[in-house]
Amino acid sequence: MNSLTAPDTSKDQLSMVENNNEVVRLESASVQYRVPHERIGTFKEYMIRLMQGKVKYNSFWALKDVSFSVNQGEIFGLIGQNGAGKSTLLKVIARVLRPTAGRVLVKGRVAPLLEFGAGFHPELTGRENVYLNGAMLGFNQEEMDAKFQGIVDFAELWDFIDAPLRTYSSGMWARLGFSVATDVDPDILIIDEVLSVGDEAFQRKSMERINTFKEQGVTILFVSHNMDVIESMCQCTAWIDQGQLQIVGETSEVIAAYRESQPK
Amino acid sequence: METTRNTKQIYDSDKRGNLALDELREAFNYRNLVYQLARRDILTRYKRSVLGIAWTLLNPLGMMLVLTIAFSQIFRFGDIQGYPTYVLSGLLAWTFFSQTTTASMVNLVWGGGLLNRIYIPRTSFALASIATGLVNITLSTIPLILVMLVTGVKITPALLFLPVPILLLAAFSLGVGLLISTIAVFFPDVAEMYQIFLTGWMYLTPVIYPVEILPEASAFWITTFNPMYYFVTLYRIPIFYGRLPTWEEFLPALVISLVALVIGWYFFAQRSDEFAYRT
Repeated sequence: MNSLTAPDTSKDQLSMVENNNEVVRLESASVQYRVPHERIGTFKEYMIRLMQGKVKYNSFWALKDVSFSVNQGEIFGLIGQNGAGKSTLLKVIARVLRPTAGRVLVKGRVAPLLEFGAGFHPELTGRENVYLNGAMLGFNQEEMDAKFQGIVDFAELWDFIDAPLRTYSSGMWARLGFSVATDVDPDILIIDEVLSVGDEAFQRKSMERINTFKEQGVTILFVSHNMDVIESMCQCTAWIDQGQLQIVGETSEVIAAYRESQPK
Repeated sequence: METTRNTKQIYDSDKRGNLALDELREAFNYRNLVYQLARRDILTRYKRSVLGIAWTLLNPLGMMLVLTIAFSQIFRFGDIQGYPTYVLSGLLAWTFFSQTTTASMVNLVWGGGLLNRIYIPRTSFALASIATGLVNITLSTIPLILVMLVTGVKITPALLFLPVPILLLAAFSLGVGLLISTIAVFFPDVAEMYQIFLTGWMYLTPVIYPVEILPEASAFWITTFNPMYYFVTLYRIPIFYGRLPTWEEFLPALVISLVALVIGWYFFAQRSDEFAYRT
């Protein structure tokens, strides 16, 4: 497989470098989950079934032949019902999942904003968590030293930064998470339905930061169930249903088609 | 990751080089994460206890005390000269192995949620467990020397050799840890089975008893086919016997540790793409 596609690979990568606009490209990207018929928990049981030829799987395509590309600086919307495959799609782009079939090309640093404070530890202080979270995003100690003050300033948690996180309110927790996760200087930012955190003032501030990213030419992949937000922010949108791309194109058209399909 | 600023890196899902080498490169790039994870483990473990990190030192001491009292009362080998040092050195090496391998597995299986959200090198958890273990065993040198002084075991310059057996033990533990982590992702019950397995393995290793008390037949099997025998012995020699190991004692440990590390790393890297599908 590899040897066959190798010449193509270099050519495509070259074209992607030359074509400065394209930062994400999916070519028939597919993800197949294998779900065992019954849960086989132990090794022994598995070996017995394997020998009996009784290991059966339901294969299920969470994504099937999805192809589209996203240009530099675009705010790209992603809509679809729960379980449609939006999160799987984001994982494929964020390098968390390798597609079962098809191909994904991504240029630059991807910063996923899936859930805030996912890697936080309640017993550690705010400061310690900021450094830990930064390391998870791939930063070294010096880079985090440089960022630290800005992160605390943005989260407005000066007085609490040396208190253990378990003493934080959920809003403070989310604010700190947002501040770390967005202070990453990304090329591509993934936002998965997260703007509902914090109080109204903080939400406005988050929106401002996202707009700043936009001005800097950062590409944003935006997932939401709120059609108004999608419509106001994204030029281009893709609608995914049951793992398949329904339409990709101008936001208003895609949303119209999506609404059309929904039961009244 | 530093390179992404200037020349934008292109991630191509089709391009798969040597997975084991890729993983090695990424783990190196993310060395700060390994440091931070180890720091987290050490800081949080005793955070709410009054004595805090001192428990790292008190734990092996307490165990040693219990075993010394129990075995000098029940079994004759408690009478051997400097038994507390003997048992403590064995315990430290064994604890390093059992804790780091268990932590590698547990962190990957239960900390796996993180792997589902962002990209981090999959080996980070196992490497962090080893780093934590290295800090613990290094700190434990303090109570160890104390016990040696109290029980009159001679302290010799051979102690300076200790980092070598520790590093070999770390390499072996990393290899085993990666191997069982991989299996545990696919079969979570392995995590439970491993604890029972470890208990049995410990009794098959001369940790708390001298190898001389073994019947001849089983002594042959244990001193030949039990890899932990080599590591415990190699760690114990500069402490309890106060000398450097011979080549016959050193080489098997070196070879076993490298083989385990390469196999474990390779096996793990080959499978690590599937982890996000499972956890």
